[in-house]
Amino acid sequence: MIEQIREKAKELLTSGEVKVVIGYENGGMPETTRPVFITSPDEVERLIWNKHCYANLANFFVRKEVASLGKPAIIAKGCDVKAITVLVQESQIKREEIVILGVTCEGVGEPLLSKCPICDVNTPRDYNFLFGKEIAPKNGINKSADVEEFERKSPEERWEFWEEQFSRCIKCYACRQVCPLCYCEVCIADKNQPQWIETSSHTRGNVHWNLIRAWHLSGRCIDCGECERACPVGIPLSLLNRRLAKSVKERFGYEPGYDQEKAPPFTDFKQEDSQEFIR
Amino acid sequence: MVSDEMETEGKPALSEKEWQPKIIAFVCNWCTYAGADLAGTSRIVYEPHVRVIKLPCTGRIDVSFIIKAFEQGADGVMVSGCHPGDCHYTAGNYHARRRFAGFRDLLEFCGFDMRRVIFSWVSAAEGKKWADLVNEVVGKIRELGPFKEYQNLLAQSAL
Repeated sequence: MIEQIREKAKELLTSGEVKVVIGYENGGMPETTRPVFITSPDEVERLIWNKHCYANLANFFVRKEVASLGKPAIIAKGCDVKAITVLVQESQIKREEIVILGVTCEGVGEPLLSKCPICDVNTPRDYNFLFGKEIAPKNGINKSADVEEFERKSPEERWEFWEEQFSRCIKCYACRQVCPLCYCEVCIADKNQPQWIETSSHTRGNVHWNLIRAWHLSGRCIDCGECERACPVGIPLSLLNRRLAKSVKERFGYEPGYDQEKAPPFTDFKQEDSQEFIR
Repeated sequence: MVSDEMETEGKPALSEKEWQPKIIAFVCNWCTYAGADLAGTSRIVYEPHVRVIKLPCTGRIDVSFIIKAFEQGADGVMVSGCHPGDCHYTAGNYHARRRFAGFRDLLEFCGFDMRRVIFSWVSAAEGKKWADLVNEVVGKIRELGPFKEYQNLLAQSAL
């Protein structure tokens, strides 16, 4: 499969159709990979594809350094393509200005990342060229089984759990940097007039930061799980993200990253939206 | 103005007085603020422990306002605006409703005490509803006591 990808990358770069191919190369240590930006057809041999290609490369589209290279082609798994769909929907990139080299994927990581067993986009939903054998989407997967299990705990247990988790946050903002959809030029966490989110990493400020990070991705997060993977202290951020995804799906019947024509839930409303909690 | 120290004999100083709930209410300019105004002009007497913050519309309310209020020591937060269909800006409250629904789910998931966050629609004609609601909320929060879980967060840093 990688041979075909390299061949296509070479062809695209030689013809000048794209100026850069964003992909993965060997990470220098066993079982690691890192993003690579191929700008010359002679370098395509550096591209690799294996089950250690975790990173969601869609993150790089909105970076000025990458955008300045010219029209990109990107190697994208099904989950990465969902992020691209949201970026297109939010007018961060134009679909016709990128080339998606879609790869079919049966899961990455050893053991598999938590997002992989509940994946229904093994074959990307959008691509210009597809590599690998098409995999039919699994039906009837419960994407929020872990959320439902957590919800069975009492409020006190839940508070205690998250308080402990957030108390360990060091506010490195790796979760934000790695997220393909956290692209604000100035993040609310960096604004200091007024200072909404306290900068020191005490639990009170951490609670605010973590709630807002999750909240700003509500109805947008495509569950690529990069935030959780990047978190140096191991906070289960995907659990929060999946809770909000469940909320948006149940309340507004919306799943981000699947249909770019559908209005994002928080830009839209219905008169009959539920309001059981309002007095 | 009489400072606490200068209070007349027989009356306890503020620090010794019974704890009273501190409630922040974010209300919209056009409906609930007018409703609260009506409660006042109608001479309805209700609990004084609510601090009203007027905003143009419930659609203006960022969820950070709510978190910030708790950070600053609020024991409860009320959010109130126009009934659906009555928004001065046509749809601000519809957008706010979606936002609050989602954000409530997040808070609930984190084990937040949901009895301390109250959403309501109070129109400019519902002075009575506003007074009753404030009385009820203050009573409830008084029962629950100070929001210790949140106020203790600062002391519990990992350091």
